[in-house]
Amino acid sequence: MTVRFDVNGRRAEVAVEPRTSLADCLRHHLGLTGTHLACEHGVCGACTVLVDGEAVRSCLMLAVQAEGRSVVTVEGLSNDAALSPLQAAFRRHHALQCGFCTPGMITTAHALLTEEPDADADRIREVLSGNLCRCTGYVGIVEAVLEARAAYRGHKADAAS
Amino acid sequence: MTGTWFGSRVRRIEDPPLVTGRGRYVDDIHLPDMVHAAFLRSPHAHARLIGIDTATAKAMPGVHAVLTIADLAPHLTEERLPLGFRTRALPDGITPYVLAKDEVVYVGEPVALVIADSRYRAEDAAAAIAVDYEPLPAVPDCRAAVAPGAPRARLAMKSNVLTEFNQEYGDVAGAFAKAAHVFAVKLNQHRGVAHPIEGRGVVARYEAADDRLTLWDSTQQSHEIRSFLGELLNLDENRIRVVAPDVGGGFGCKFILYAEEAALATATRMIGRPIKWIEDRREHFLAAIQERDQVWEMEVAADPDGRLLGARGRMIHDQGAYTPQGINLPYNASTVVPSVYVLPAYRLHVQVVETNRVPVAPVRGAGYPEGCFAMERMLDAVADGLGLDRIEVRRRNLVPAERMPYRTPLLTRAKTPVEYDSGDFPLCQNKALDGIDFASFRARQESARKAGRYIGLGLAHGIKGTGRGPYESGTVRIGRSGKVSVYTGALAMGQGLKTILAQITADQLGVAVDDIEVVAGDTATIPLGLGGFASRQTVTAGSSVHIAAGEVRAKVLKVAANLLEAAESDLELRDGEVRVKGVADMSVSLRDVALVATGMPGYSIPKGVEAGLESNQNFAPESLAYSNGCHAVELEVDVETGQVHFVNYVLVSDSGRLVNPMTADGQLHGGAAHGIGNALFEWMGYDQGAQPLTTTLAEYLMPTAPEIPRFTVIHHESPSPLNPLGVKGIGECGTLPAAAAIVSAIEDALRPFGVRLGEYPVRPHRLLELIRRGTNPQ
Repeated sequence: MTVRFDVNGRRAEVAVEPRTSLADCLRHHLGLTGTHLACEHGVCGACTVLVDGEAVRSCLMLAVQAEGRSVVTVEGLSNDAALSPLQAAFRRHHALQCGFCTPGMITTAHALLTEEPDADADRIREVLSGNLCRCTGYVGIVEAVLEARAAYRGHKADAAS
Repeated sequence: MTGTWFGSRVRRIEDPPLVTGRGRYVDDIHLPDMVHAAFLRSPHAHARLIGIDTATAKAMPGVHAVLTIADLAPHLTEERLPLGFRTRALPDGITPYVLAKDEVVYVGEPVALVIADSRYRAEDAAAAIAVDYEPLPAVPDCRAAVAPGAPRARLAMKSNVLTEFNQEYGDVAGAFAKAAHVFAVKLNQHRGVAHPIEGRGVVARYEAADDRLTLWDSTQQSHEIRSFLGELLNLDENRIRVVAPDVGGGFGCKFILYAEEAALATATRMIGRPIKWIEDRREHFLAAIQERDQVWEMEVAADPDGRLLGARGRMIHDQGAYTPQGINLPYNASTVVPSVYVLPAYRLHVQVVETNRVPVAPVRGAGYPEGCFAMERMLDAVADGLGLDRIEVRRRNLVPAERMPYRTPLLTRAKTPVEYDSGDFPLCQNKALDGIDFASFRARQESARKAGRYIGLGLAHGIKGTGRGPYESGTVRIGRSGKVSVYTGALAMGQGLKTILAQITADQLGVAVDDIEVVAGDTATIPLGLGGFASRQTVTAGSSVHIAAGEVRAKVLKVAANLLEAAESDLELRDGEVRVKGVADMSVSLRDVALVATGMPGYSIPKGVEAGLESNQNFAPESLAYSNGCHAVELEVDVETGQVHFVNYVLVSDSGRLVNPMTADGQLHGGAAHGIGNALFEWMGYDQGAQPLTTTLAEYLMPTAPEIPRFTVIHHESPSPLNPLGVKGIGECGTLPAAAAIVSAIEDALRPFGVRLGEYPVRPHRLLELIRRGTNPQ
């Protein structure tokens, strides 16, 4: 069946089986391989994308459920010219090693800071508790998100788009 | 060598694609005509395989093939995988089959391979395969494996004991005979799952036109995979290319050849289309190697001052159902027991046994955490038994700085002495104690207890043989474009390998790290390589690249001296140019040097210069470079819930000279987090029938951000004399003493309840049980 939704600001129209997960649709039908799959049972958070601005596990959502929605992946939070403040902070604070969990960390942190640009370290740790990382011990990730807060202050309303 | 880049907190060259979603992991590779694989796996821990009916599955839409061992066997030289780290210490016939034959011996063992248009359809078809099993008694754990009358984990074996060996030196009997005090320690060390966030995965493509097999493989050992597949498929290894694309973590579990890789490599030749298989998390629980199930029963002899006289005992190592790789893991565990302490006499009897659990191979630590845990628990037993402070007992037994380098009487597997090449263990301990504010701790603990709060402090040392040989490869090349490239058989799986190799190169050639391309783990780019294991690559690949870059530098200077008509000693390499020092405008670009050195048709290259700006090196360290560390942990136990909260966690690390202190910190953070997982959370459950009980990440708990403390990392750099950079490995070092320090701290916190622990993970319900027992002694 055909599903239509916005991905990273562009209209997508995809023919999928009804059982196709949103993650597989993004990765394999739309070629947006920045969204990663690591557990496929909703625990690890690697596949987190934004659906209408909310952080959502794309492995637990069917592609057909995205009908008419707006989906943003890590590619949609990136531009060719330069790293976003959050991405630059991840690099500066060594918040990634293998990088496999990183897209999910970035989408989750983006959703958090869009809503709560003043989140403190405990709040950041709490929200990121839905995202597993085996490499870093989370130390650099929390530092990076703390530092990126400044970039989200003052434009809370439009940061999610 | 100590230039601008070496020793600096350089931002990683790996990061920009990875933070923007432009990484290229194996599941991101899509080839024309590609089909997808799923494996049918054994639901039984042990059963006879009577028959497999694939007819229904084969007839399903979109299914291209359903293959069993009978289908693959004609294309293989062997039905079983080759043994990694070959050794004569083990019997034949112990490695896994490419697909199960006649018998299944653990839940998760691959039985059949289904290839279909999509993974969805491949899984549908796998579910439609009918297998006739005759269940057999299973061996659920290593204690059961050696019990009288135990069933055999595999019918082909005469015994569950694969091998036994002794590790021994000194007058053990004499030490125990004269000892004032002897204490017993019994330990159940527990296996965990590696759990890189990216599981395993492979894309295999065979091109008949040029008889060439290519694997894109999430592996830690491209060159080894190539050699093993060459053997299995009877293909010259020059016909095989194995490429590790971006690898989403390894932690040991990607350092063997698995059945899935071999089956895909075979099947792509049979069906003539590229095939992709991506491990899902459940499969990772069921079929990726695991480590740390060992039972230890030790005795330790001490004098009245707590000085060690000897240690002896036995250890049973659970090898799981198959042995993919030698005896390195139990061997390491047995040789690291003396650790950083003076232990005059030692004997350990080791039994390596088969069970019907997932096969075992090293997961971040490779036996070192287990040996470390055993020694540290013995020291705690000595201290408690004599009424001494646990840290003071350690201090009294540490190898003093003036005895470095310190040679133990033990031998490595390569038969070289276990000799600690550099370090200052007492100094590292002092730094840890300062870092954790030990001076004020007992007073703080006392007042906390009065307020009904239970805080505890634990300290443990660890030592790890790193930089394991025999060698690693490194090529440095300046191409005709002037671009600097580095190639290595070492494997990048998140450590920042590419950045540190670029740093090492940048200092020699006067270019920025961002202008250097590093290619790791692609067999098409460099002939030899061993890959990522044993915290080895900074030592081995780093040294090779350092030497290679030095040779290229020398060539550049020779050619540039000729071009600039200047003495080599007057030249410097900076910003991609060779300049005459102090003379403006007297310079030549690396590109122009490369052009001359590479040669143009019909023109000559300068006399005495070998063609090409390139050097390939395979640095072979003489012996292991020993990194050491000391963890000091302050934590609080909630006696109502059994939960453990870290108050402070200090990591002192001596991994020699640091190429990049930022990535070194990252390795230690991640290593310690892994150790925290082992100590408090990660339980891989099996029932009495060897059925796994934890096959999701909701059941098997990995530490998340709130559980991990902000570590305080303190580096002490004792250069290793064993390599030109003075470096040592670091990848596994953060893991080693973590469980020992944490368990010791928990006991310290719960001293009023008399809690004693000989196991990990220490989960809340277990602590509550022990606290209650201590509150109401029976």
